[in-house]
Amino acid sequence: MASAKTTGLTFQELIFTLQKFWAEQGCILQQPYDVEVGAGTMSPETFLRVLGPKPYSVAYLQPSRRPADGRYGDNPNRLFKHTQLQVILKPPPQDVQELYLRSLQAIGIDLRKHDLKFEEDNWESPTLGAWGIGWQVMLDGMEVTQFTYFQQCGGVDLDPISAELTYGLERLCAFLQDVDSVYDIVWARDASDSKKHDSKKQGGREITYREVRHAEEVQFSVYNFEQADVEKCWEHLRLYEAECKALIDGYAAAKKAKQDVAKYPVLAAFDLCLKCSHLFNLLDARGAISVTERVGVIAQVRALAVGVAKAYADQQSAQESGDAQSPEAAVANG
Amino acid sequence: MADFLLELGMDEIPARMIDSGREELAKRVMDLFARERLGSAPQVTAYSTPRRLAVLVTGLAERQEDVSEQLTGPSYKVAFKDGVATPAADAFAKKVGVSVSELTKVSTTKGEYLAANVTRKGRATSEVLAELLPKEIGGIYWAKSMYWRGKNTERFVRPLRWMMALLDGKLVPLEFAGIKAGTTSRGHRIMSDGTVRLDAPGDYAKKLEKMRVIVSGAQREKKIVAALDQAVQSVGKARWREDKALLSTVVNLTEFPSAILGSFDAEYLSLPEEVLVTVMRDHQKYFAVEDAGGKLAPHFLAVLNVDGDPDGLIRHGNERVLRARFNDARFFWETDQKIPLSARVEMLKAVTFQKDLGSYYEKARRIAHVVTILAADVESGGENGPRGSARKIARNELYEAAWLAKTDLTTELVKEFTELQGVVGGLYARAQGLKPAIADAIYQHYQPKSMEDAAPKSLEGALLSIADKADSIAGMFALGLIPSGSKDPFALRRQANGIVKTIAEHELPIDLGGLFALALAAYKGSDAEKRFTKVDEYAGSVAAFFRERLEFYLRDVRGFKYDEVNAVLAVGADNIPDAVQRSEALAAVRKSADFETIATSFKRIKNILRQAQEKSGAAVESGFEPSLATDDAERALHAMVEKIAPEVVRLRREKDHGAALREVAKLRPVLDTFFDKVMVMAEDQRVRENRLALLSRVLRDFSTVADFSEIVSAG
Repeated sequence: MASAKTTGLTFQELIFTLQKFWAEQGCILQQPYDVEVGAGTMSPETFLRVLGPKPYSVAYLQPSRRPADGRYGDNPNRLFKHTQLQVILKPPPQDVQELYLRSLQAIGIDLRKHDLKFEEDNWESPTLGAWGIGWQVMLDGMEVTQFTYFQQCGGVDLDPISAELTYGLERLCAFLQDVDSVYDIVWARDASDSKKHDSKKQGGREITYREVRHAEEVQFSVYNFEQADVEKCWEHLRLYEAECKALIDGYAAAKKAKQDVAKYPVLAAFDLCLKCSHLFNLLDARGAISVTERVGVIAQVRALAVGVAKAYADQQSAQESGDAQSPEAAVANG
Repeated sequence: MADFLLELGMDEIPARMIDSGREELAKRVMDLFARERLGSAPQVTAYSTPRRLAVLVTGLAERQEDVSEQLTGPSYKVAFKDGVATPAADAFAKKVGVSVSELTKVSTTKGEYLAANVTRKGRATSEVLAELLPKEIGGIYWAKSMYWRGKNTERFVRPLRWMMALLDGKLVPLEFAGIKAGTTSRGHRIMSDGTVRLDAPGDYAKKLEKMRVIVSGAQREKKIVAALDQAVQSVGKARWREDKALLSTVVNLTEFPSAILGSFDAEYLSLPEEVLVTVMRDHQKYFAVEDAGGKLAPHFLAVLNVDGDPDGLIRHGNERVLRARFNDARFFWETDQKIPLSARVEMLKAVTFQKDLGSYYEKARRIAHVVTILAADVESGGENGPRGSARKIARNELYEAAWLAKTDLTTELVKEFTELQGVVGGLYARAQGLKPAIADAIYQHYQPKSMEDAAPKSLEGALLSIADKADSIAGMFALGLIPSGSKDPFALRRQANGIVKTIAEHELPIDLGGLFALALAAYKGSDAEKRFTKVDEYAGSVAAFFRERLEFYLRDVRGFKYDEVNAVLAVGADNIPDAVQRSEALAAVRKSADFETIATSFKRIKNILRQAQEKSGAAVESGFEPSLATDDAERALHAMVEKIAPEVVRLRREKDHGAALREVAKLRPVLDTFFDKVMVMAEDQRVRENRLALLSRVLRDFSTVADFSEIVSAG
């Protein structure tokens, strides 16, 4: 078989191409969120934006940390931190599936030469109080995308519904480049370097995924499994939880006192909730959570996520009705 | 006569829901046609693919027939006073849409009434369909449904994208979920260039096939089987492993299927076959390939949703994925061996069984306790043991297996392939040199996973399986988490079915009441026990739950008639092998003429006794005082009862239920004569009570195998 290796996009070209594709479909391009998350769904660009009535379409890259999935850089397919490209279409267009298929064509997949199936796979995150209905998209037997119609988030029923597309980029790129290990993925070709090397190779010296990320996988596996200070992690978790809870309670109190909540830092509360979620994952990877604790901590994090979601939805609808009223208010004042 | 075609086009429907969705749509459409009188004998063909459900109906009427009917109104006396119409007559005439002069008078047993003969005009079929079909479409049951247009809109299995509705050549103007029906359908996502217009319903399958969509699941199945047969030919003397469930899945994942053969490195065959097959079948939906001797061959067959793989890219891709999966499995297998199962018992403390019921460590402790007692009971045989066989149980091995059974939940392999729980534990136990009795019991203890699945083969496996399932059911019921309707999140019905099947097939002398008392007692002193809120209702709710399971088993699995099952279980539902044997005996005798009559007589006795009890307010005592007998028939019945009763007791004890029933049948002539000659409800109270007491005794002594009054006679 003709190897796809020489024609497959590099890792960064894959990112450019998908971002460009979705930008052309009217998506805002956001940057990765700068707090640790376990999945692109946890970024406020998804978790909060899907709430409330405002239409929103966004695409962003999200490095996702799952401490328990680390394998010291030894496993060719498993990573502590993998890269997702997340697309939110709120509400999704009628032809959302066709649009998605075109994104695959955009990255060089000739669908007529491959086997594509949408297989039922419903997504659920108990800690986020979120779930949706959808598929795993299988390309030649490999899951390349999770496609979900969000139904509920933070315990809040969604209206409108958002479609969420999550591409696992390492996997997709390994497929495009036909390599068996993610570490062999060509991340970039140094174009400026091309003359010094084999001129037949396109773009010059290849920089692999291994060069860019392997050390990180090794060191974080050591940290997550062996060295993360359990006592301090618990302490951090307590502190973040307390502050997050205080902010959520503060929102309710402000509402009760009929204060203007437009500037209330609900978004900051969400960051604190994400911190809790990550610390929970870290403690879990350390094997530091007993059965009883586990149930309790999941319930705590869920309570925070639900609390933030409720406050955010409320804040949005307050602003919404405020926006709607403002012209009248202007008339009344004038 | 007209033909009708309806096609619902959707985002991919989950494979598991397609067949039931299609059948329900067809049924709802046909019921609607019957209800609305749209043709005397329409014929339906139902189609489905992942993206569509369709029905083609032929032989429909073009419009409903007009219906004449007579509507009755107010009393004639009220409607006409002295021959003049009152407002009541006007109102009735207006309501039914005729003039007062057209009203008539009808005589009924209640008197004379006003009536109107009206003709309801039949409506055009297209109009009826446009009005009523949307509700039928929306009414289809889906195991899981969704919103896509926001709250307060319809829920459906997946978003509806198009609809095609044709009555002969004409559009039926349906609307559902914001989609207006049209006369075009869509072809294969990738292998067609989009849409196709239909002129006649009958062209559906043919036109769609041109668009690379085979709308008949049966045809796709044929095509897949042929493609698999063909693809496997390139491997000498190999064949693909039949797998009905998998075949049905791939039929419902494809619109235009084909198949390819792929290969993997033979070195992976050193992994257990269970693991390889699970990866291929459950994760990749591949068919396994075996050699002439039935051994797994290093190949697989994948079913595609395109018509081929000319460049080999698809094969290459699938091989690559499988290699990665097998590599993972091998890595897990090797890693897991570093910690033997015995060292994993302690690790179970960190694995939650159920949030209120604690960890799997505690579960292991409980089931080890329960199997020990069960094993002793079974070995001693109990009075209900299998006829004439003493059984030996490897009790130490069983105890060890109970402690180890759940340890595979801590292994990487089971974390990755959860469906292999138990199986992996058994394989590891074997690989780690534990005794075969231990390994087998662990391996089998999740069995049977369905009524089709075999019960554990070994006695140790059977007892472990029963104890494990009973523990789950006991804990959940004590917490009040009882399955109801479609709510059974812990699959307790399936587990109870498993217990019933296992006890029945191994003919185990285990009483359900005793088993569940034991299972609940095992929770004593645990944290879980403090959360038990439903202990008072426990025994009753477990018994009612199992009675249903046992009914299901006897009826749907063993094929007994529902009244036989009712008759048998009315006498006792606690001892499963006994209930099975009694059912067999009852089914064997019920066809005899004597028996049918006996059943009728018993029903009569029951009614008489019930009425007597209602009248006097007290239960009728059993007994008979010969000196009070006034009739020969009475004495004859009593003599027969005296003669047969001890025999029935003996035969029942010896578990010769058939012979016991044949003894009971001997009552027929005397019972018949009794009812012919004797008036039970005699004037004299003492005589009456004596007769009732005799009948009560008949019922008590001869309803020990089955309650014949439950039998519904064929006539």
